[in-house]
Amino acid sequence: MSEKKQEMGLGHEMVSMVKTNIRDYMMYIALICIMAFFTVKTNGGFLQPRNIANLINQAGYVAVLAIGMTVILIIVHIDLSVGYVAGFCGAVAAILMTKYNVNEWVAILIVLMLGVLIGLYQGLLVTKLGVPAFVTTLAGMFIFRGLLNLSLQETGTIIIPNEGFNALSNGFIPDLPVNASFHVVTMIIGAILVMAMIYSQIKDRKNKQKYHFEVCSTPIFVVKMVAFSVVIMVIMWTLAKFRGIPWTAVIVGVVLLVYNYMLNKTKLGRAIYGIGGNAQAAELSGINVKKVTLFAFCSVSLMAALAGILYTSRLQSATPTAGAAFEMDAIASSYIGGVAVSGGVGRVTNTIIGTLVIMSLTNGMNLMGIDISYQYIVKGIIFIIAVAFDVSTRKKK
Amino acid sequence: MSDYILEMKQITKEFPGVKALNDVNFKVKRGEIHCLVGENGAGKSTLMKVLSGVYQHGTYTGDIVYNGEVQKFKSISDSEKKGIVIIYQELALIPELSVYENIFFGHEIVKKGRIDWNETIVQAKKMLEKVGLHADPSIQVKKLGVGNQQLVEIAKALSKDVKLLILDEPTASLNEDDSQNLLKLIRELKEQGVTCIMISHKLREITAIADTITVLRDGATICSLDARERKIEEAEIIKHMVGREMNNIYPKREKHEFGEVALELKNWTVFDPVKNSELLHKVNINVHKGEIVGIQGLMGAGRTELALSIFGNPTKYKVSDGELYLDGKKVRFKHPRDAIRGGLAYVTEDRKGNGLILMQDIRYNITIANLEELVNGIAINENEEINVANSFKESINIKAPSINQKVGKLSGGNQQKVQLAKWMFAKPKVLILDEPTRGIDVGAKYEIYSLMNKLVDQGMSIIMISSELPEVLGMSDRLYVMSEGTITGELLAEDATEEKVMEMAIKS
Repeated sequence: MSEKKQEMGLGHEMVSMVKTNIRDYMMYIALICIMAFFTVKTNGGFLQPRNIANLINQAGYVAVLAIGMTVILIIVHIDLSVGYVAGFCGAVAAILMTKYNVNEWVAILIVLMLGVLIGLYQGLLVTKLGVPAFVTTLAGMFIFRGLLNLSLQETGTIIIPNEGFNALSNGFIPDLPVNASFHVVTMIIGAILVMAMIYSQIKDRKNKQKYHFEVCSTPIFVVKMVAFSVVIMVIMWTLAKFRGIPWTAVIVGVVLLVYNYMLNKTKLGRAIYGIGGNAQAAELSGINVKKVTLFAFCSVSLMAALAGILYTSRLQSATPTAGAAFEMDAIASSYIGGVAVSGGVGRVTNTIIGTLVIMSLTNGMNLMGIDISYQYIVKGIIFIIAVAFDVSTRKKK
Repeated sequence: MSDYILEMKQITKEFPGVKALNDVNFKVKRGEIHCLVGENGAGKSTLMKVLSGVYQHGTYTGDIVYNGEVQKFKSISDSEKKGIVIIYQELALIPELSVYENIFFGHEIVKKGRIDWNETIVQAKKMLEKVGLHADPSIQVKKLGVGNQQLVEIAKALSKDVKLLILDEPTASLNEDDSQNLLKLIRELKEQGVTCIMISHKLREITAIADTITVLRDGATICSLDARERKIEEAEIIKHMVGREMNNIYPKREKHEFGEVALELKNWTVFDPVKNSELLHKVNINVHKGEIVGIQGLMGAGRTELALSIFGNPTKYKVSDGELYLDGKKVRFKHPRDAIRGGLAYVTEDRKGNGLILMQDIRYNITIANLEELVNGIAINENEEINVANSFKESINIKAPSINQKVGKLSGGNQQKVQLAKWMFAKPKVLILDEPTRGIDVGAKYEIYSLMNKLVDQGMSIIMISSELPEVLGMSDRLYVMSEGTITGELLAEDATEEKVMEMAIKS
């Protein structure tokens, strides 16, 4: 197959590649443009190692929320309550650790379970009673906002003293006890990531060739691999020059891996895409639509709880204003990342890019000292452009 | 004015990569019923879209001459102003609105800036009389049956002062009675001077009603047959459609040996809890291993409800009485998943609506009902999956560039083959087929019939639900006739005639 491609000529192949993947490429191009813009506007401040680490720490809670949201949006539901669920869960974690002196890891476990319970409650309303998800979770927005306020009413903002907890969104992975001007473990992990990526890509390519599926020609494949490797190593080098990989990145990475595997390699993933594509057909194919929907609600609330933990850890305190408008960033990330508005389509790996777009905008505009009101308007415009572009390219196909 | 109301001359319409219409000439005489036939993808619908302005002037080459003038339609409303109205297979009515609101939707009777509802109702009644629908015009459209909804569509067309009426497969979802009614109405409209173009797959209807028959194949006009001069035989039309002689529409089966009873229903009674009405009353049927059993009946007789209530009851009807036996064991499935595990498979009548997941590829759709078999630990074994999908693509001749092709882009016949592959992979004992060849061209039909024969020869049992009487008679070993939720008759294939079956089907 690859030979056939080569006959076509490299230029030709590249054009057709861009054409078929225009939506994905646009997302990367947009991200690069946004980053370049802020780098120029901040005289390079945006790309400083310190700021990149900062960006990751800031983006972490949105990333996990967006991953959970992606699944819900694929099955054509929505969860508007994630923001206040996150806020409430963060407050519960703070109360457990300060008022009841619960060990921080036990507190985290309890809060994650609380997230699943909240998902169960909303999911049952949707699946058993047939209340639309929009209404159920809008009500959830009210309820959990109230609960958040109520739980912090007596104390006000709770400062969290637990170091382990606070390290989740402020700490970095430890380094080897060597004297180097950079973070050694980070570079080692970077090298491992590159090798793993190349190994899996080559394996995948060989497999496709075995079944005579179309693959890109060898030169393009090599260029792609080199480009990916360079990107990974540049990011790692940037982080290594500061204090290494943030714990947040590790957490998001694990969540991403789990969800990506689940969606692409398991029956559950197939069921999720099937329900999004055509719920009736899925049901008649033996998929338990209600069960899978319930799972999706539990998963998004679990991610909300995790986001609450990350956000609370980032601030090192639980405040009554936590959670406001989180759902906006999460939903926008998913859609910018290519989840189809009509459902059935979406990838968590692309959602992460969407998160980076949104959070780069936030971070960059903060660095530039742009007023928050303008920030919302800019984000809204980028969001609507992304979705309009998505809808129009899908129509052409 | 010329003898022809419409002349489409040398129409060529290209889509990226495909020439959908290639130099097509199509002439319709004033006041005739002109049937347009061809296999799926032959270009019938495209031609009608060119005519009605869906594909606007300039996106095709060639001329449309209507009433002696060259027309340059920019949109449907342009063509409607000239009296050309098209009624699509999927009805374009708004279910929540009343009949009269629907009839005048888009061209409301307005006086002094306000809609004159009283006048609307009076006019709507007139239109309904013309089409012979005796219904209250203020009733919601959703409360009418499909047949009557079709009549409302025609009433709507009449209210637009239609001169040339185009019907795209008008009887596809109608039962025998409603179809006859509709054909009668089309003849009456002809008397009143309305010219009619009808696209249809049902050759029997075509030979019964057409004045002229035009056959399209691969985007080109093959021939125009004048049915007024001589009687046109179905075989002749088929020959032109497929480009070869089709002697046997129904392939012969090697053996007719039946094993034990595979599935048996006893006193199966089903309620609709929402409407609180009985859908099925004491249904008793059985099917043996290696047997094709047909279930024939008019639309609304309860055939699909019967299939769904056996197949895990996803519509949540209440099975109030009766037993289901599979291989002699009494079972009751709570979800389609249980039914699949128990050895049942159900190919739905509406492959786009609830059969396939159109945005996913062939591979996904073939394996979705039986992923268990491909799971290693928790991950799906994708190599194995590719092998499975490829071997089905090969063995049942699914025409597509690869198994990564999105199912939504396949033709109706190939989509149906994907559905069959999906359920063959689930390895059922009993395969229930609901309208297995609806909207499929002759060639693909033959392939699907052959496949059915192959499956029963391997010992599978098939229950075939179909509205097409010739198909049921041609394929079944034995058939049941249903009417209003009860079995009104059972016939062996060799004893069955169309007359006998129809008599049982209208019995209540």
